[in-house]
Amino acid sequence: MITDEEKKEIRELMSHYATARAAGPEALKIVQNHRGWVSAESLKAVAEMLDMSCEELDSVATFYNMIFRKPVGRHVMLICDSISCYIARYDMLLDHLNRTHGIRMGETTPDGRFTLLPAACLGACDHAPAMMIDETLYGDLTPEKMDNILGKYQ
Amino acid sequence: METPITKNIRAGNGPPDLKSYEWAGGYRAVRKALTGMTPQAVQDAVTASNLKGRGGAGFPTGKKWAFVPMGAEARRPKYLVVNADEMEPGTFKDRLLLEGDPHQLIEGAIVSAYALEAEIAYIFVRWEYREAARRVARAIVEARGAGYLGSNILGSGYNLEIYLHVSAGRYICGEENGLLDALEGKRPIPRSKPPFPQTCGLWGRPTVVNNVETICNIPHIVNNGADWFKSLSRSEDGGTKLYGASGRVKRPGLWELPMGTSLREIIEEHAGGMREGFSFRAAQPGGASTEFLPKEQIDVKMDFDSVQKAGSRLGTGTIIVLDDRTCPVGAVHNLEMFFARESCGWCTPCREGLPWVREILWSIEEGRGEAGDLERLETQCWQLAPGHTFCALAPGAVEPLQSALKIFREDFDRHIREKRCPWK
Ligand SMILES: Cc1cc2nc3c(=O)[nH]c(=O)nc-3n(C[C@H](O)[C@H](O)[C@H](O)COP(=O)(O)O)c2cc1C
Ligand code: SF4
Repeated sequence: MITDEEKKEIRELMSHYATARAAGPEALKIVQNHRGWVSAESLKAVAEMLDMSCEELDSVATFYNMIFRKPVGRHVMLICDSISCYIARYDMLLDHLNRTHGIRMGETTPDGRFTLLPAACLGACDHAPAMMIDETLYGDLTPEKMDNILGKYQ
Repeated sequence: METPITKNIRAGNGPPDLKSYEWAGGYRAVRKALTGMTPQAVQDAVTASNLKGRGGAGFPTGKKWAFVPMGAEARRPKYLVVNADEMEPGTFKDRLLLEGDPHQLIEGAIVSAYALEAEIAYIFVRWEYREAARRVARAIVEARGAGYLGSNILGSGYNLEIYLHVSAGRYICGEENGLLDALEGKRPIPRSKPPFPQTCGLWGRPTVVNNVETICNIPHIVNNGADWFKSLSRSEDGGTKLYGASGRVKRPGLWELPMGTSLREIIEEHAGGMREGFSFRAAQPGGASTEFLPKEQIDVKMDFDSVQKAGSRLGTGTIIVLDDRTCPVGAVHNLEMFFARESCGWCTPCREGLPWVREILWSIEEGRGEAGDLERLETQCWQLAPGHTFCALAPGAVEPLQSALKIFREDFDRHIREKRCPWK
Protein backbone atom coordinates (compact mmCIF):
# COMPACT_ATOMS: atom_id res chain seq x y z
CA MET A 1 0.00 0.00 0.00
CA ILE A 2 1.04 3.59 -0.36
CA THR A 3 0.48 6.45 2.04
CA ASP A 4 -1.91 9.37 1.70
CA GLU A 5 1.03 11.68 1.32
CA GLU A 6 2.35 9.67 -1.63
CA LYS A 7 -1.13 9.63 -3.13
CA LYS A 8 -1.43 13.37 -2.78
CA GLU A 9 1.89 13.94 -4.55
CA ILE A 10 0.90 11.58 -7.34
CA ARG A 11 -2.50 13.25 -7.81
CA GLU A 12 -0.84 16.64 -8.06
CA LEU A 13 1.34 15.33 -10.90
CA MET A 14 -1.58 13.66 -12.67
CA SER A 15 -3.08 17.11 -13.17
CA HIS A 16 -0.14 17.99 -15.46
CA TYR A 17 -1.07 15.46 -18.14
CA ALA A 18 -3.94 14.60 -20.47
CA THR A 19 -4.12 11.01 -19.17
CA ALA A 20 -3.61 9.39 -15.77
CA ARG A 21 -1.00 6.89 -16.97
CA ALA A 22 1.29 9.70 -18.13
CA ALA A 23 2.11 10.33 -14.49
CA GLY A 24 3.50 6.76 -14.24
CA PRO A 25 7.26 7.31 -14.30
CA GLU A 26 7.06 10.24 -11.89
CA ALA A 27 4.60 8.41 -9.63
CA LEU A 28 6.99 5.48 -9.35
CA LYS A 29 9.76 7.87 -8.42
CA ILE A 30 7.60 9.41 -5.70
CA VAL A 31 7.12 5.98 -4.17
CA GLN A 32 10.83 5.31 -4.58
CA ASN A 33 11.70 8.59 -2.86
CA HIS A 34 9.72 7.51 0.17
CA ARG A 35 10.77 3.86 0.25
CA GLY A 36 14.08 3.56 -1.59
CA TRP A 37 12.70 1.19 -4.22
CA VAL A 38 9.46 0.05 -5.89
CA SER A 39 8.12 -3.23 -4.53
CA ALA A 40 5.43 -5.33 -6.21
CA GLU A 41 2.89 -4.02 -3.66
CA SER A 42 3.79 -0.38 -4.34
CA LEU A 43 3.65 -0.99 -8.07
CA LYS A 44 0.18 -2.47 -7.71
CA ALA A 45 -1.06 0.49 -5.69
CA VAL A 46 0.29 2.98 -8.23
CA ALA A 47 -1.16 0.97 -11.13
CA GLU A 48 -4.58 1.13 -9.48
CA MET A 49 -4.36 4.88 -9.08
CA LEU A 50 -3.39 5.31 -12.71
CA ASP A 51 -5.97 2.85 -13.99
CA MET A 52 -3.36 0.58 -15.54
CA SER A 53 -2.65 -3.12 -15.22
CA CYS A 54 0.41 -4.03 -13.14
CA GLU A 55 2.03 -5.60 -16.20
CA GLU A 56 1.62 -2.42 -18.19
CA LEU A 57 3.10 -0.25 -15.46
CA ASP A 58 5.91 -2.73 -14.88
CA SER A 59 6.80 -2.60 -18.58
CA VAL A 60 7.36 1.12 -18.04
CA ALA A 61 9.12 0.72 -14.69
CA THR A 62 11.60 -1.86 -15.95
CA PHE A 63 12.55 0.28 -18.93
CA TYR A 64 14.06 3.02 -16.78
CA ASN A 65 17.41 2.53 -15.11
CA MET A 66 16.58 5.03 -12.36
CA ILE A 67 13.49 3.15 -11.20
CA PHE A 68 14.60 0.39 -8.87
CA ARG A 69 12.53 -2.77 -8.77
CA LYS A 70 14.92 -4.32 -6.25
CA PRO A 71 16.09 -2.92 -2.92
CA VAL A 72 19.21 -0.76 -3.07
CA GLY A 73 21.69 0.38 -0.45
CA ARG A 74 21.22 3.50 1.68
CA HIS A 75 23.14 5.48 -0.93
CA VAL A 76 23.21 4.96 -4.68
CA MET A 77 26.49 5.72 -6.42
CA LEU A 78 26.30 6.36 -10.14
CA ILE A 79 29.67 6.17 -11.82
CA CYS A 80 29.82 7.71 -15.28
CA ASP A 81 31.21 5.15 -17.72
CA SER A 82 30.87 7.19 -20.92
CA ILE A 83 33.62 8.29 -23.28
CA SER A 84 35.05 11.39 -21.58
CA CYS A 85 35.26 9.55 -18.27
CA TYR A 86 36.74 6.56 -20.11
CA ILE A 87 39.51 8.80 -21.43
CA ALA A 88 39.96 10.12 -17.88
CA ARG A 89 40.32 6.50 -16.66
CA TYR A 90 37.17 5.94 -14.63
CA ASP A 91 38.27 2.28 -14.50
CA MET A 92 40.82 3.30 -11.83
CA LEU A 93 37.92 4.45 -9.63
CA LEU A 94 36.14 1.14 -10.12
CA ASP A 95 39.27 -0.81 -9.22
CA HIS A 96 39.71 1.33 -6.16
CA LEU A 97 36.11 0.79 -5.03
CA ASN A 98 36.50 -2.90 -5.56
CA ARG A 99 39.61 -2.93 -3.37
CA THR A 100 38.23 -0.73 -0.61
CA HIS A 101 34.57 -1.77 -0.53
CA GLY A 102 34.57 -5.10 -2.34
CA ILE A 103 31.90 -4.12 -4.85
CA ARG A 104 31.57 -4.09 -8.60
CA MET A 105 28.97 -2.46 -10.84
CA GLY A 106 25.49 -3.58 -9.85
CA GLU A 107 26.47 -4.68 -6.35
CA THR A 108 25.65 -3.45 -2.85
CA THR A 109 28.13 -3.38 0.02
CA PRO A 110 27.43 -6.06 2.66
CA ASP A 111 26.61 -3.35 5.24
CA GLY A 112 23.96 -1.94 2.87
CA ARG A 113 25.69 1.42 2.69
CA PHE A 114 26.27 1.78 -1.08
CA THR A 115 24.85 0.36 -4.28
CA LEU A 116 27.14 0.93 -7.27
CA LEU A 117 25.54 1.46 -10.66
CA PRO A 118 26.82 2.57 -14.08
CA ALA A 119 25.51 5.85 -15.49
CA ALA A 120 25.36 7.26 -18.96
CA CYS A 121 27.31 10.50 -19.35
CA LEU A 122 26.47 12.71 -16.36
CA GLY A 123 27.09 15.89 -18.32
CA ALA A 124 30.22 16.73 -16.34
CA CYS A 125 32.72 15.93 -19.10
CA ASP A 126 34.83 18.98 -18.29
CA HIS A 127 35.32 17.49 -14.81
CA ALA A 128 35.83 13.85 -15.78
CA PRO A 129 35.88 11.36 -14.16
CA ALA A 130 32.56 12.06 -12.46
CA MET A 131 30.03 10.33 -10.23
CA MET A 132 26.83 11.04 -8.36
CA ILE A 133 25.96 9.91 -4.88
CA ASP A 134 22.21 10.15 -4.27
CA GLU A 135 21.50 13.64 -5.64
CA THR A 136 24.98 15.17 -5.52
CA LEU A 137 27.38 15.36 -8.44
CA TYR A 138 31.15 15.02 -7.91
CA GLY A 139 33.86 15.65 -10.52
CA ASP A 140 37.63 15.61 -11.08
CA LEU A 141 37.79 12.43 -9.02
CA THR A 142 40.87 10.58 -7.88
CA PRO A 143 40.89 7.53 -5.61
CA GLU A 144 41.95 9.73 -2.65
CA LYS A 145 39.23 12.28 -3.32
CA MET A 146 36.72 9.49 -3.59
CA ASP A 147 37.70 8.12 -0.17
CA ASN A 148 37.07 11.52 1.40
CA ILE A 149 33.68 11.84 -0.26
CA LEU A 150 32.54 8.34 0.65
CA GLY A 151 33.45 9.00 4.27
CA LYS A 152 30.63 11.55 4.43
CA TYR A 153 27.96 8.94 3.72
CA GLN A 154 26.93 6.54 6.46
CA MET B 1 32.07 39.50 -29.48
CA GLU B 2 28.48 39.05 -28.36
CA THR B 3 27.45 36.05 -26.27
CA PRO B 4 23.68 36.41 -25.94
CA ILE B 5 22.79 33.01 -24.48
CA THR B 6 25.48 32.92 -21.79
CA LYS B 7 25.72 36.61 -20.89
CA ASN B 8 23.90 36.17 -17.57
CA ILE B 9 25.87 33.10 -16.55
CA ARG B 10 28.63 33.60 -13.97
CA ALA B 11 30.73 30.61 -13.02
CA GLY B 12 30.34 29.77 -9.35
CA ASN B 13 27.28 32.00 -8.88
CA GLY B 14 23.69 30.88 -8.70
CA PRO B 15 21.42 31.78 -11.62
CA PRO B 16 19.77 35.21 -11.83
CA ASP B 17 16.42 35.26 -10.04
CA LEU B 18 13.39 36.87 -11.65
CA LYS B 19 14.32 40.41 -10.57
CA SER B 20 17.90 40.30 -11.79
CA TYR B 21 16.88 38.54 -14.98
CA GLU B 22 14.34 41.30 -15.70
CA TRP B 23 16.87 43.94 -14.73
CA ALA B 24 19.26 42.50 -17.35
CA GLY B 25 16.56 42.92 -20.00
CA GLY B 26 14.77 39.63 -19.42
CA TYR B 27 11.15 38.98 -20.42
CA ARG B 28 11.31 41.86 -22.90
CA ALA B 29 10.84 39.34 -25.71
CA VAL B 30 7.69 37.97 -24.09
CA ARG B 31 6.27 41.47 -23.87
CA LYS B 32 7.30 42.33 -27.41
CA ALA B 33 5.95 39.12 -28.98
CA LEU B 34 2.72 38.76 -27.03
CA THR B 35 1.67 42.38 -27.15
CA GLY B 36 3.08 43.49 -30.49
CA MET B 37 3.62 40.57 -32.86
CA THR B 38 1.43 37.88 -34.38
CA PRO B 39 2.50 34.25 -33.94
CA GLN B 40 3.25 34.22 -37.66
CA ALA B 41 5.53 37.25 -37.30
CA VAL B 42 7.54 35.45 -34.60
CA GLN B 43 7.81 32.39 -36.83
CA ASP B 44 8.92 34.59 -39.74
CA ALA B 45 11.69 36.14 -37.64
CA VAL B 46 12.93 32.69 -36.59
CA THR B 47 12.85 31.42 -40.18
CA ALA B 48 14.75 34.48 -41.43
CA SER B 49 17.39 34.05 -38.71
CA ASN B 50 18.67 30.73 -40.13
CA LEU B 51 18.58 29.20 -36.68
CA LYS B 52 19.25 25.47 -36.94
CA GLY B 53 18.26 23.08 -34.14
CA ARG B 54 20.98 22.56 -31.53
CA GLY B 55 19.82 19.06 -30.48
CA GLY B 56 22.11 17.33 -32.96
CA ALA B 57 20.32 17.04 -36.27
CA GLY B 58 20.55 20.71 -37.22
CA PHE B 59 17.06 20.96 -38.68
CA PRO B 60 16.06 24.59 -39.42
CA THR B 61 13.80 25.67 -36.56
CA GLY B 62 11.55 27.96 -38.61
CA LYS B 63 10.94 25.20 -41.12
CA LYS B 64 10.10 22.72 -38.36
CA TRP B 65 7.57 25.14 -36.88
CA ALA B 66 5.97 25.83 -40.28
CA PHE B 67 4.54 22.28 -40.37
CA VAL B 68 2.35 22.98 -37.33
CA PRO B 69 -1.32 23.51 -38.23
CA MET B 70 -2.35 27.01 -37.16
CA GLY B 71 -5.59 28.89 -36.50
CA ALA B 72 -9.06 27.67 -35.64
CA GLU B 73 -8.77 24.47 -37.66
CA ALA B 74 -5.88 23.03 -35.63
CA ARG B 75 -6.51 20.23 -33.13
CA ARG B 76 -5.91 21.41 -29.57
CA PRO B 77 -4.29 21.67 -27.18
CA LYS B 78 -1.02 22.04 -29.06
CA TYR B 79 2.22 21.30 -27.26
CA LEU B 80 5.78 22.52 -27.12
CA VAL B 81 8.34 20.19 -25.56
CA VAL B 82 11.77 21.41 -24.54
CA ASN B 83 14.21 18.53 -24.81
CA ALA B 84 16.54 18.69 -21.79
CA ASP B 85 17.32 14.97 -21.75
CA GLU B 86 20.98 15.64 -22.62
CA MET B 87 22.60 12.23 -22.38
CA GLU B 88 24.77 12.07 -25.49
CA PRO B 89 28.19 11.07 -24.14
CA GLY B 90 30.60 13.98 -24.19
CA THR B 91 27.78 16.56 -24.14
CA PHE B 92 27.31 18.94 -21.23
CA LYS B 93 26.13 22.20 -22.80
CA ASP B 94 22.40 22.17 -21.96
CA ARG B 95 23.21 21.67 -18.28
CA LEU B 96 25.00 25.03 -18.28
CA LEU B 97 21.97 26.78 -19.79
CA LEU B 98 19.50 25.04 -17.46
CA GLU B 99 21.47 25.70 -14.30
CA GLY B 100 22.97 29.02 -15.31
CA ASP B 101 19.96 30.92 -16.62
CA PRO B 102 16.67 29.04 -16.22
CA HIS B 103 14.55 32.15 -16.80
CA GLN B 104 16.07 32.51 -20.27
CA LEU B 105 14.78 29.01 -21.07
CA ILE B 106 11.33 29.80 -19.65
CA GLU B 107 11.20 33.02 -21.66
CA GLY B 108 12.26 31.14 -24.80
CA ALA B 109 9.60 28.52 -24.18
CA ILE B 110 6.88 31.16 -23.73
CA VAL B 111 7.79 33.00 -26.93
CA SER B 112 8.13 29.75 -28.92
CA ALA B 113 4.85 28.37 -27.60
CA TYR B 114 3.17 31.65 -28.53
CA ALA B 115 4.57 31.39 -32.08
CA LEU B 116 3.01 27.92 -32.33
CA GLU B 117 -0.23 28.90 -30.54
CA ALA B 118 0.53 26.10 -28.09
CA GLU B 119 -1.35 26.00 -24.79
CA ILE B 120 0.92 23.64 -22.89
CA ALA B 121 4.69 23.26 -22.73
CA TYR B 122 6.74 20.58 -21.02
CA ILE B 123 10.37 20.84 -20.06
CA PHE B 124 11.68 17.29 -20.18
CA VAL B 125 14.73 17.01 -17.90
CA ARG B 126 16.82 13.89 -17.37
CA TRP B 127 16.79 12.51 -13.83
CA GLU B 128 20.48 13.10 -13.15
CA TYR B 129 20.18 16.87 -13.70
CA ARG B 130 18.97 17.40 -10.13
CA GLU B 131 20.20 20.97 -9.68
CA ALA B 132 18.90 21.96 -13.12
CA ALA B 133 15.45 20.58 -12.28
CA ARG B 134 15.34 22.47 -8.98
CA ARG B 135 16.32 25.74 -10.62
CA VAL B 136 13.89 25.35 -13.52
CA ALA B 137 11.07 24.51 -11.10
CA ARG B 138 11.79 27.65 -9.10
CA ALA B 139 11.90 29.78 -12.26
CA ILE B 140 8.51 28.42 -13.37
CA VAL B 141 6.99 29.42 -10.02
CA GLU B 142 8.54 32.89 -10.20
CA ALA B 143 7.40 33.40 -13.79
CA ARG B 144 3.87 32.37 -12.93
CA GLY B 145 3.89 34.73 -9.94
CA ALA B 146 4.91 37.61 -12.22
CA GLY B 147 2.12 36.88 -14.70
CA TYR B 148 4.31 35.51 -17.51
CA LEU B 149 2.47 32.18 -17.31
CA GLY B 150 -1.16 31.28 -16.76
CA SER B 151 -4.16 32.81 -18.44
CA ASN B 152 -4.31 36.09 -20.32
CA ILE B 153 -0.56 36.67 -20.07
CA LEU B 154 0.25 40.42 -19.92
CA GLY B 155 -3.31 41.12 -21.03
CA SER B 156 -2.65 39.58 -24.44
CA GLY B 157 -5.41 36.98 -24.24
CA TYR B 158 -2.79 34.24 -24.65
CA ASN B 159 -2.78 31.33 -22.14
CA LEU B 160 0.12 29.01 -21.40
CA GLU B 161 1.07 26.50 -18.72
CA ILE B 162 4.61 25.11 -18.43
CA TYR B 163 5.24 21.85 -16.58
CA LEU B 164 8.53 20.32 -15.59
CA HIS B 165 8.81 16.58 -16.33
CA VAL B 166 11.68 14.81 -14.62
CA SER B 167 12.53 11.57 -16.42
CA ALA B 168 14.13 8.40 -15.07
CA GLY B 169 17.06 7.57 -17.34
CA ARG B 170 17.65 5.96 -20.75
CA TYR B 171 19.23 7.80 -23.69
CA ILE B 172 16.40 6.87 -26.04
CA CYS B 173 14.06 9.22 -24.16
CA GLY B 174 15.92 12.09 -25.86
CA GLU B 175 14.90 10.88 -29.31
CA GLU B 176 11.86 12.95 -30.11
CA ASN B 177 9.38 10.10 -30.56
CA GLY B 178 10.77 8.15 -27.63
CA LEU B 179 10.38 11.34 -25.64
CA LEU B 180 6.71 11.65 -26.57
CA ASP B 181 6.08 8.05 -25.47
CA ALA B 182 7.88 8.77 -22.22
CA LEU B 183 5.68 11.81 -21.60
CA GLU B 184 2.56 9.76 -22.31
CA GLY B 185 3.71 7.22 -19.72
CA LYS B 186 4.33 4.44 -22.23
CA ARG B 187 7.40 2.29 -22.60
CA PRO B 188 9.56 4.70 -24.63
CA ILE B 189 9.99 3.18 -28.04
CA PRO B 190 10.35 5.39 -31.10
CA ARG B 191 7.35 5.68 -33.38
CA SER B 192 7.61 5.41 -37.13
CA LYS B 193 7.49 8.64 -39.09
CA PRO B 194 5.37 9.96 -40.76
CA PRO B 195 3.19 11.22 -39.22
CA PHE B 196 5.56 13.79 -37.76
CA PRO B 197 5.01 15.23 -34.28
CA GLN B 198 4.21 18.65 -35.70
CA THR B 199 0.87 17.27 -36.92
CA CYS B 200 0.40 14.21 -34.70
CA GLY B 201 2.50 14.28 -31.53
CA LEU B 202 1.61 14.13 -27.83
CA TRP B 203 -1.78 12.42 -27.45
CA GLY B 204 -2.23 12.84 -31.20
CA ARG B 205 -2.03 16.64 -31.04
CA PRO B 206 0.37 18.96 -32.91
CA THR B 207 3.66 19.02 -31.00
CA VAL B 208 7.06 20.59 -31.49
CA VAL B 209 10.16 19.21 -29.79
CA ASN B 210 13.15 21.53 -29.56
CA ASN B 211 16.47 21.40 -27.80
CA VAL B 212 17.27 23.63 -24.80
CA GLU B 213 19.92 25.65 -26.65
CA THR B 214 17.60 26.15 -29.63
CA ILE B 215 14.89 27.57 -27.35
CA CYS B 216 17.35 29.81 -25.49
CA ASN B 217 18.14 31.60 -28.76
CA ILE B 218 14.52 32.55 -29.48
CA PRO B 219 14.14 35.58 -27.14
CA HIS B 220 17.29 37.13 -28.60
CA ILE B 221 16.06 36.72 -32.18
CA VAL B 222 12.76 38.36 -31.24
CA ASN B 223 14.50 41.24 -29.44
CA ASN B 224 17.27 41.95 -31.92
CA GLY B 225 16.06 40.66 -35.26
CA ALA B 226 17.15 38.09 -37.81
CA ASP B 227 19.90 40.22 -39.38
CA TRP B 228 21.60 40.75 -36.03
CA PHE B 229 21.39 37.02 -35.36
CA LYS B 230 22.96 36.14 -38.70
CA SER B 231 25.73 38.67 -38.11
CA LEU B 232 26.82 36.74 -34.99
CA SER B 233 27.87 33.81 -37.15
CA ARG B 234 30.93 33.10 -39.27
CA SER B 235 28.87 30.79 -41.49
CA GLU B 236 25.53 30.39 -43.25
CA ASP B 237 23.91 29.06 -40.07
CA GLY B 238 22.75 31.89 -37.84
CA GLY B 239 23.87 32.75 -34.33
CA THR B 240 26.46 31.67 -31.85
CA LYS B 241 27.09 28.11 -30.73
CA LEU B 242 27.81 26.78 -27.28
CA TYR B 243 30.88 24.67 -28.03
CA GLY B 244 32.60 22.40 -25.57
CA ALA B 245 35.72 20.28 -25.29
CA SER B 246 36.62 17.34 -23.08
CA GLY B 247 39.47 14.85 -23.06
CA ARG B 248 43.13 15.57 -22.36
CA VAL B 249 43.06 19.25 -23.20
CA LYS B 250 44.47 21.82 -20.77
CA ARG B 251 41.18 23.56 -20.00
CA PRO B 252 38.12 21.42 -20.70
CA GLY B 253 35.02 23.58 -20.77
CA LEU B 254 32.27 25.36 -22.68
CA TRP B 255 32.47 28.55 -24.75
CA GLU B 256 29.81 30.49 -26.62
CA LEU B 257 31.47 31.43 -29.91
CA PRO B 258 30.39 32.48 -33.39
CA MET B 259 28.88 29.56 -35.30
CA GLY B 260 31.60 28.41 -37.70
CA THR B 261 34.57 28.89 -35.35
CA SER B 262 37.26 26.39 -36.35
CA LEU B 263 37.98 23.18 -34.49
CA ARG B 264 41.59 24.33 -34.19
CA GLU B 265 40.65 27.62 -32.55
CA ILE B 266 38.39 25.88 -30.03
CA ILE B 267 41.00 23.33 -29.08
CA GLU B 268 44.15 25.43 -29.23
CA GLU B 269 42.90 28.79 -27.94
CA HIS B 270 39.85 28.16 -25.82
CA ALA B 271 40.73 24.75 -24.44
CA GLY B 272 44.38 25.78 -24.18
CA GLY B 273 45.74 22.99 -26.38
CA MET B 274 46.72 19.51 -25.27
CA ARG B 275 47.96 18.70 -21.79
CA GLU B 276 51.69 18.18 -21.31
CA GLY B 277 52.72 14.79 -22.62
CA PHE B 278 49.65 14.20 -24.78
CA SER B 279 49.12 14.95 -28.43
CA PHE B 280 45.97 15.32 -30.51
CA ARG B 281 45.04 12.21 -32.44
CA ALA B 282 41.43 12.77 -33.56
CA ALA B 283 38.18 14.29 -32.31
CA GLN B 284 34.49 13.64 -32.33
CA PRO B 285 33.09 17.07 -33.15
CA GLY B 286 29.68 16.74 -31.52
CA GLY B 287 29.19 13.87 -29.13
CA ALA B 288 29.50 10.10 -29.15
CA SER B 289 27.40 9.55 -32.26
CA THR B 290 29.57 11.62 -34.60
CA GLU B 291 32.38 10.40 -36.88
CA PHE B 292 35.96 10.94 -35.73
CA LEU B 293 37.79 13.70 -37.56
CA PRO B 294 41.52 13.03 -37.98
CA LYS B 295 44.25 15.59 -37.28
CA GLU B 296 44.33 16.66 -40.94
CA GLN B 297 40.79 18.04 -40.54
CA ILE B 298 41.54 20.25 -37.56
CA ASP B 299 40.92 23.43 -39.55
CA VAL B 300 37.30 22.51 -40.25
CA LYS B 301 34.80 25.24 -39.44
CA MET B 302 32.37 24.02 -36.82
CA ASP B 303 29.07 24.73 -38.57
CA PHE B 304 26.57 22.17 -39.82
CA ASP B 305 27.53 22.23 -43.52
CA SER B 306 31.31 22.43 -43.09
CA VAL B 307 31.51 19.52 -40.65
CA GLN B 308 29.27 17.48 -42.94
CA LYS B 309 31.62 18.19 -45.85
CA ALA B 310 34.57 17.10 -43.74
CA GLY B 311 32.88 13.73 -43.26
CA SER B 312 31.25 14.04 -39.86
CA ARG B 313 28.40 15.91 -38.14
CA LEU B 314 28.35 19.00 -35.95
CA GLY B 315 25.97 17.09 -33.66
CA THR B 316 25.84 18.83 -30.30
CA GLY B 317 29.07 20.80 -30.91
CA THR B 318 30.73 19.40 -27.79
CA ILE B 319 34.07 18.02 -28.88
CA ILE B 320 35.60 14.83 -27.51
CA VAL B 321 39.35 14.87 -28.02
CA LEU B 322 41.14 11.57 -28.43
CA ASP B 323 44.82 11.76 -27.50
CA ASP B 324 47.74 9.57 -28.56
CA ARG B 325 47.91 7.76 -25.21
CA THR B 326 44.35 6.44 -25.31
CA CYS B 327 43.76 3.23 -27.25
CA PRO B 328 41.33 4.03 -30.08
CA VAL B 329 39.98 0.45 -30.11
CA GLY B 330 39.23 0.71 -26.39
CA ALA B 331 37.61 4.11 -26.94
CA VAL B 332 35.35 2.80 -29.70
CA HIS B 333 34.50 -0.22 -27.53
CA ASN B 334 33.44 2.18 -24.80
CA LEU B 335 31.20 4.07 -27.24
CA GLU B 336 29.55 0.89 -28.51
CA MET B 337 29.06 -0.41 -24.98
CA PHE B 338 26.99 2.71 -24.37
CA PHE B 339 24.92 2.36 -27.52
CA ALA B 340 24.32 -1.38 -27.04
CA ARG B 341 23.13 -0.74 -23.48
CA GLU B 342 20.88 2.15 -24.49
CA SER B 343 19.21 0.45 -27.48
CA CYS B 344 15.49 0.32 -26.75
CA GLY B 345 15.37 -3.15 -28.28
CA TRP B 346 12.52 -2.46 -30.66
CA CYS B 347 14.20 -3.35 -33.97
CA THR B 348 16.31 -6.41 -34.60
CA PRO B 349 19.37 -4.93 -36.36
CA CYS B 350 19.98 -2.56 -33.44
CA ARG B 351 19.02 -4.88 -30.58
CA GLU B 352 21.12 -7.78 -31.88
CA GLY B 353 23.74 -5.93 -33.93
CA LEU B 354 25.06 -3.52 -31.32
CA PRO B 355 25.89 -6.16 -28.67
CA TRP B 356 27.64 -8.12 -31.41
CA VAL B 357 29.68 -5.07 -32.39
CA ARG B 358 30.55 -4.51 -28.72
CA GLU B 359 31.70 -8.13 -28.31
CA ILE B 360 33.88 -8.10 -31.43
CA LEU B 361 35.52 -4.86 -30.32
CA TRP B 362 36.11 -6.25 -26.83
CA SER B 363 37.73 -9.39 -28.19
CA ILE B 364 40.04 -7.31 -30.40
CA GLU B 365 40.93 -5.08 -27.45
CA GLU B 366 41.67 -8.16 -25.33
CA GLY B 367 43.93 -9.69 -27.97
CA ARG B 368 41.47 -12.31 -29.14
CA GLY B 369 40.71 -10.65 -32.48
CA GLU B 370 40.63 -12.76 -35.62
CA ALA B 371 40.99 -12.30 -39.34
CA GLY B 372 37.57 -11.30 -40.66
CA ASP B 373 36.58 -9.32 -37.55
CA LEU B 374 37.04 -5.97 -39.24
CA GLU B 375 34.96 -7.10 -42.21
CA ARG B 376 32.25 -8.23 -39.79
CA LEU B 377 32.30 -4.81 -38.19
CA GLU B 378 32.05 -3.20 -41.61
CA THR B 379 29.02 -5.33 -42.42
CA GLN B 380 27.38 -4.13 -39.22
CA CYS B 381 28.02 -0.51 -40.22
CA TRP B 382 26.00 -1.19 -43.33
CA GLN B 383 23.29 -3.21 -41.53
CA LEU B 384 22.71 -0.37 -39.08
CA ALA B 385 22.79 2.40 -41.67
CA PRO B 386 19.98 4.98 -41.92
CA GLY B 387 16.76 3.47 -43.23
CA HIS B 388 17.34 0.04 -41.69
CA THR B 389 16.10 0.91 -38.21
CA PHE B 390 13.22 2.79 -36.57
CA CYS B 391 15.29 5.62 -35.19
CA ALA B 392 18.65 7.32 -35.48
CA LEU B 393 20.24 5.61 -32.45
CA ALA B 394 21.68 2.74 -34.48
CA PRO B 395 22.96 4.85 -37.40
CA GLY B 396 24.47 7.21 -34.82
CA ALA B 397 26.12 4.28 -33.07
CA VAL B 398 27.98 3.18 -36.19
CA GLU B 399 29.13 6.64 -37.26
CA PRO B 400 32.14 6.62 -34.90
CA LEU B 401 32.84 2.94 -35.68
CA GLN B 402 32.81 3.47 -39.42
CA SER B 403 35.24 6.37 -39.22
CA ALA B 404 37.45 4.57 -36.68
CA LEU B 405 37.82 1.60 -39.00
CA LYS B 406 39.29 3.97 -41.59
CA ILE B 407 41.29 6.40 -39.48
CA PHE B 408 42.67 3.88 -36.96
CA ARG B 409 42.92 0.91 -39.36
CA GLU B 410 46.55 0.32 -38.51
CA ASP B 411 45.73 0.25 -34.77
CA PHE B 412 42.99 -2.32 -35.30
CA ASP B 413 45.32 -4.44 -37.46
CA ARG B 414 48.06 -4.25 -34.87
CA HIS B 415 45.75 -5.47 -32.10
CA ILE B 416 44.83 -8.49 -34.20
CA ARG B 417 48.36 -9.16 -35.46
CA GLU B 418 50.10 -8.85 -32.08
CA LYS B 419 47.21 -10.43 -30.17
CA ARG B 420 47.26 -7.69 -27.54
CA CYS B 421 46.48 -4.05 -26.94
CA PRO B 422 49.67 -2.07 -27.62
CA TRP B 423 48.55 0.56 -25.09
CA LYS B 424 48.48 -1.83 -22.17
C1 LIG C 1 18.98 8.37 -29.57
C2 LIG C 1 18.75 9.84 -29.65
C3 LIG C 1 18.88 10.64 -28.52
C4 LIG C 1 18.65 12.00 -28.58
N1 LIG C 1 18.82 12.75 -27.44
C5 LIG C 1 18.59 14.09 -27.50
C6 LIG C 1 18.71 14.89 -26.32
O1 LIG C 1 19.02 14.39 -25.24
N2 LIG C 1 18.48 16.22 -26.42
C7 LIG C 1 18.11 16.80 -27.62
O2 LIG C 1 17.88 18.00 -27.66
N3 LIG C 1 17.99 16.06 -28.73
C8 LIG C 1 18.20 14.73 -28.70
N4 LIG C 1 18.05 13.98 -29.84
C9 LIG C 1 17.55 14.67 -31.05
C10 LIG C 1 16.03 14.78 -31.00
O3 LIG C 1 15.47 13.61 -31.59
C11 LIG C 1 15.49 15.97 -31.77
O4 LIG C 1 16.03 15.96 -33.04
C12 LIG C 1 15.83 17.31 -31.12
O5 LIG C 1 15.42 17.37 -29.79
C13 LIG C 1 15.15 18.40 -31.90
O6 LIG C 1 15.49 19.66 -31.39
P1 LIG C 1 16.15 20.77 -32.31
O7 LIG C 1 15.39 20.81 -33.62
O8 LIG C 1 15.97 22.02 -31.53
O9 LIG C 1 17.56 20.39 -32.53
C14 LIG C 1 18.29 12.60 -29.80
C15 LIG C 1 18.17 11.82 -30.94
C16 LIG C 1 18.41 10.46 -30.88
C17 LIG C 1 18.28 9.64 -32.12
S1 SF4 D 1 17.30 1.83 -33.77
FE1 SF4 D 1 17.62 0.88 -31.73
S2 SF4 D 1 17.00 2.47 -30.30
FE2 SF4 D 1 16.11 3.02 -32.32
S3 SF4 D 1 14.08 2.07 -32.34
FE3 SF4 D 1 15.46 0.57 -33.20
S4 SF4 D 1 16.08 -0.72 -31.44
FE4 SF4 D 1 15.20 1.17 -30.62
